[in-house]
Amino acid sequence: MAALDPAPPGRGPAEVAAGVLELSDLTKRFSAHGRAAVDGISLTVPAGEVCVLIGPSGCGKTTAMRMINRLIEPTSGDIRLDGRSVRDFSPHQLRRRIGYVIQQVGLMPHLTVAANVATVPRLLGWDRERTRARTRELLDLIGLDPDEYGPRYPAELSGGQQQRVGLARALAGDPPLMLMDEPFSAVDPITRERLQNDFLRLHRAVPKTVVFVSHDIDEAVKMGDRVAVMREGRIVQYAPPAELLARPADDFVADFVGADRALKSLSLTRLEDLDLLPAPLVRAGDEVAAVRARLESGELEPLGGTVLVVDPGGRPAAWIPVARLEGQVRVPADAGQADPVLDRITTLRDALSAILESGAAYGTVVDGEGRVTGLVGLDEIGRAIRRPAEVA
Amino acid sequence: MARGNEIDWDWLQRNQDDIQTYTLQHLRIVAIAVGVAVVIAIPIAVAVRRSRVAYAGALVTSDLLYTIPSLALFAILVPVLGIGDMPVLIGLVAYSMLVLIRNTVVGLRSVPRAVHEAATGMGLTRRQVLFKVELPLALPSIVAGMRVAAVSAVGIATIGVFVGAGGLGELIYNDGINRSSPFLTAVLAGAVIAFVMALLIDLLLLGLERLLKPWARAGRRA
Ligand SMILES: Nc1ncnc2c1ncn2[C@@H]1O[C@H](COP(=O)(O)OP(=O)(O)OP(=O)(O)O)[C@@H](O)[C@H]1O
Ligand SMILES: [Mg+2]
Repeated sequence: MAALDPAPPGRGPAEVAAGVLELSDLTKRFSAHGRAAVDGISLTVPAGEVCVLIGPSGCGKTTAMRMINRLIEPTSGDIRLDGRSVRDFSPHQLRRRIGYVIQQVGLMPHLTVAANVATVPRLLGWDRERTRARTRELLDLIGLDPDEYGPRYPAELSGGQQQRVGLARALAGDPPLMLMDEPFSAVDPITRERLQNDFLRLHRAVPKTVVFVSHDIDEAVKMGDRVAVMREGRIVQYAPPAELLARPADDFVADFVGADRALKSLSLTRLEDLDLLPAPLVRAGDEVAAVRARLESGELEPLGGTVLVVDPGGRPAAWIPVARLEGQVRVPADAGQADPVLDRITTLRDALSAILESGAAYGTVVDGEGRVTGLVGLDEIGRAIRRPAEVA
Repeated sequence: MARGNEIDWDWLQRNQDDIQTYTLQHLRIVAIAVGVAVVIAIPIAVAVRRSRVAYAGALVTSDLLYTIPSLALFAILVPVLGIGDMPVLIGLVAYSMLVLIRNTVVGLRSVPRAVHEAATGMGLTRRQVLFKVELPLALPSIVAGMRVAAVSAVGIATIGVFVGAGGLGELIYNDGINRSSPFLTAVLAGAVIAFVMALLIDLLLLGLERLLKPWARAGRRA
């Protein structure tokens, strides 16, 4: 019957299509007469989009999510993944094709990190070599060196690292759909922001349909292509974040979104959407004479008398005063301050917060490889705010 | 022959072969009894682990068995099983049930909820969750139960001599106490060998317990 076939060998990750997810009139009652925990929700998540479910505690987010991979069976209604009802599959076949990440991670303590990540590929019957290659690829992708971290046990990782491994494990079988239940809420704010950015980067590289439960409206606005605000088992509003902030459907949503909507809308824009200030870059090891020529020609304009030294890979090293080049033959490879360094997918809100916190005039914006792409200061952010956000 | 309160080294030397035979008999009884007990206790523990009532029932039953004095239990079994090591084996299996069932269930239940949830959510079947998650995590606790069972079995098995099971009881009772004047050398030999045997089994299983838990050795926290 309708067993989900494991992806045929040789099929690369990028070819696995993200699935369209449709919930129709989905209801769950835990007791025959009680209030419905999920009360007739209908919702479509287009392929490759992130749908955030948000709402007060007990409103049915987790219940709705767990019905998708059949950890809970609905009382009524249906769920379709790429047009096929989840009931057409046996629960465990279905679950092997749906990534699942939970707040408490739940790594298997008796298995190494690599073995944890390899769980689903093994269940899918991948051969040893393919499983190993996939495990290494994923550990690399989440920023953990496979040789160092692969053989470790989960107890030897920090909370943030465990959460990363949980994410890698859920991605391992290349599922078209990911379910994530408050995946980043058990870590500190800095780690959370980094995890969110890493997730967004991964999601861009390999788009998957994602259902993401969150408590935090800032996270919802940042992560979601669409946000479903839930209340007492129903969906009150389902809209892209910009629309949610601009036009809350009712007082409940307005309350939930909060008073500082304007500030929150800073989360709608990312650094890559801004016109950045060009950085006065000099490369460590360059001849000072050449730098001087660039200064004289006006091609290199110092900021406050300083220039930004980058390493040979283009990654930021330190701000140094032009005067420091005096008497040197080559630009020194100073280990110094270039903070804050911000990935270009950072939201304006997070960037503003980082700049204010560091006390620096500018944040250094880098691309996925860590190469400097420009600078951002309060002026650049201010201009973006005054320009009306692209609200539908 | 030396009198009462001196060690008769000469006797020990002359009876070396017998002592060795008794020791091996003893070890065999303990090993078989604990081995069989584990094989019985684990399926019972797996069957009752989810139900409070069934677990309580299994514990009460094995606790009742545990309270029967060993000599009485062996004596009751003789008419059914005859003289020899059978009654002792069965008795020791019965005594081991309590600690083994309890430790296995505790081990199985120690799997954190989130680990269970994640395993199920990734598509492990119930069987796979049992064999790949629950049992491996319970194994150290099972071995800890085996340590307790084995150490007490070494002691209790000395009583087997009364039902003709052989073992170190032969030294302690037949060669030692059951004489016109008790022969200290034989009693001590039996006791010391039993003590050392219990200690070695305990250490061996402790090593095994550690070996089965590399993740805890490596981890900073439990
Ligand atoms: N297994 C269960 N049996 C009975 N009631 C349940 C069960 N699971 C959830 N509920 C109830 O269903 C409602 C929705 O719970 P759910 O866990 O989906 O909320 P949630 O939105 O995820 O909340 P939170 O933000 O606190 O995680 C709650 O009233 C809860 O008590
Ligand atoms: Mg929840």
